[in-house]
Amino acid sequence: MEKLLEEFSLGLFFWQTLLFGLLLFLLWKFAWKPILKAVNDREEGIKNALDAADAAKKEMQNVTADSEKLLKEARAERDALLKEARELKEGIVSEAKEQAKVEGDKMIKQAQATIESEKKAAVADIKAQVANLSLEIAEKVIKEELSDKKKQQKLVDDMLGDIKLN
Amino acid sequence: MRKTFFTRLILVGTLLLAQFTFAKEQEHKTEEHGKDLKTEIKEYISHHLKDSHDFSLFSYTKENGEHKYVGFPLPVILIDDGLKVFSSSKFHHGETVAEVDGNYYKLYHSKIYKTDAEGTITYDEEHHPTNVKPLDFSITKNVVMIIVTGLLMLWLFTSLARSYAKNGGIPTGAGRFFEPIILYIRDDIARPNIGEAKYKKYMPYLLSIFFFIWFLNIFGLTPLGINVTGNIAITFALALMTFLFTNFTGTKDYWGHQFNPLGNTMPWYAKIPLYIILVPIEILGLFIKPFSLLIRLYANMQAGHIVLMSLIGLMFIFKSWIGSPLSFGLAFAISLIEVLVALLQAYIFTMLSALYFGFASEDHHAEGHEEDPELVHL
Repeated sequence: MEKLLEEFSLGLFFWQTLLFGLLLFLLWKFAWKPILKAVNDREEGIKNALDAADAAKKEMQNVTADSEKLLKEARAERDALLKEARELKEGIVSEAKEQAKVEGDKMIKQAQATIESEKKAAVADIKAQVANLSLEIAEKVIKEELSDKKKQQKLVDDMLGDIKLN
Repeated sequence: MRKTFFTRLILVGTLLLAQFTFAKEQEHKTEEHGKDLKTEIKEYISHHLKDSHDFSLFSYTKENGEHKYVGFPLPVILIDDGLKVFSSSKFHHGETVAEVDGNYYKLYHSKIYKTDAEGTITYDEEHHPTNVKPLDFSITKNVVMIIVTGLLMLWLFTSLARSYAKNGGIPTGAGRFFEPIILYIRDDIARPNIGEAKYKKYMPYLLSIFFFIWFLNIFGLTPLGINVTGNIAITFALALMTFLFTNFTGTKDYWGHQFNPLGNTMPWYAKIPLYIILVPIEILGLFIKPFSLLIRLYANMQAGHIVLMSLIGLMFIFKSWIGSPLSFGLAFAISLIEVLVALLQAYIFTMLSALYFGFASEDHHAEGHEEDPELVHL
C-alpha cells in the first residue's frame, strides 16, 4: 500500500483526468453520437424495410384474396344473370305460348262462328231454294191436278187432313 | 486469408522488435556499469515500470564509454514558488542538477527533488529521500502517450463518424473492424447490464473507456516501452470517473438499496441489528467496487510487464544455448498472451463499469431478481 502511494503521481493524475475528460467530451460530441446515430438509423432502416416488405406481402395476399373474391362474385353474378335470363326466356316463351293459344282459341271460335253463320245462311238459302223448287213443283203438280175437278176436291181434302194431323 | 497472415506477420515482427530493442539496451548497460547483472535487470525493470520525464527510445554506449540516449526531452512543469517550466534535458537523465531561477532540482528514481547546488540528497533510515518534492505537473512520457492515444482515437472515430455520414451508414475501411466492437459493447455490455431504457446515456463513456484502455494496453506492448495503464495514478483516475458516473446518476432505488438493503421485508426493530452490519458493508461496497477496478487493471498490466521483462532478462542471465532460446520462446508466448490480456482487461473494466451503472440506474427494485453486488467482484 505504501509502495502504491509512493508511486501515485498527482501530476499524472491531473493530466489523465483533464485529458481523458477532454477526450471523452470530444469523442462524445464528434464521434460516438454520430456513430451510434448512424448505426441506430441503419438498424431502424433495416427494421422498417423488413416491416415494409412484410406489409407488402400481406397486402399482396389481401389483393390476391380480393381478386379471388371479385372473381367469385363475378362468377356468381354471371350465374345469377344466366339464371335470370333463362327464367325470362322461359317466361317469355310460356307467355307467348299462352298468348298464342288464347289467340288461336279466339281465332278458332271466330272461325267456328263464321262457319256457323255461313252454315245458317247456306241452310236458309237452301231452304229458300227448296221452298221455291217445292212451290214450282207444287205449282206444276197442282196445275196438273187441277185439270179435273175431282182431283181438285181430293187434293183439298188431303191437305186439310194433313193440317189436322200436324 | 492472406491479409490475416500479413497482419499476423506485422504483429509478430513488432513483438520481436520490442524484445530486441530491450535486449540491446540491457547488454550495454551491463557492460558499462559492471554491476551485478541481476540487480541491473531488476533496476531496469522497475525503472521501466515508472513514468519518466523524457521520452527515450533506447540508449547505447559509445566506444569511448560515453552513455548515449536516443529520444527526446519533455517539458517539466513544477509548482514551487510559482510556475517553473523547463526542458527535462537539463536533468541529463538524472546525471546532473537542473538550475531554474536559483532553485536546484534533481531527478532521483524518476521523481524530482529540490536540492542544493551540488545535488545532495539526504535519506532517512529506510533509505527514503527526505528532500522536498515540488508539485510536479510535468508532461511526462505517460502524458505524451495519453495525448497520442487521445489524438489517435479522435482521428479514428471522427473519421469513422464522417465515413458513416458519407456512405449512408455503411462502414468502410477501419470502420469494418471497429464497428463490430462498438456494437459488441452496445449489445453485449451496455444493454444487458444497464437495461434498454437507460443504456444510451452511458454508451459514450463505455466506448471511450474501452478503447482508451485497450489502445494504451497495446501501446504498452510496443518497443516504446510505455506502461500507462499499469500506473496507479491512471487507473485511479479512470476508476474515479466510473465511481462519479455511478453515484451521480444513481436513482432513488439505488440509494434506497444502499441505506435500506432489505427493503420492506421485515419490521424496523428487526432490521436494526442487521443494519448495524449491513449498511456499513453496503457503503464500503460503494468504494470497494471502483477500488477493485483500479487495482485490477493496475496489477494486471504491471504484472504482465514484469513477467515479460523478467523473461527477457533471463536470456542475459542464462547466456547459454539452451536457457536463452528457452526464455526467448517463453517471452514470445507471454507476449502473445499479453495481447489477449490487453483486450481482456479493457473488456473487464468496461464490463464492470457497465454493471455498476446498471446498479445505479435501476428503477424498480425487484426483490430476489437482482444479483448480489458482492458476488460480482471477480
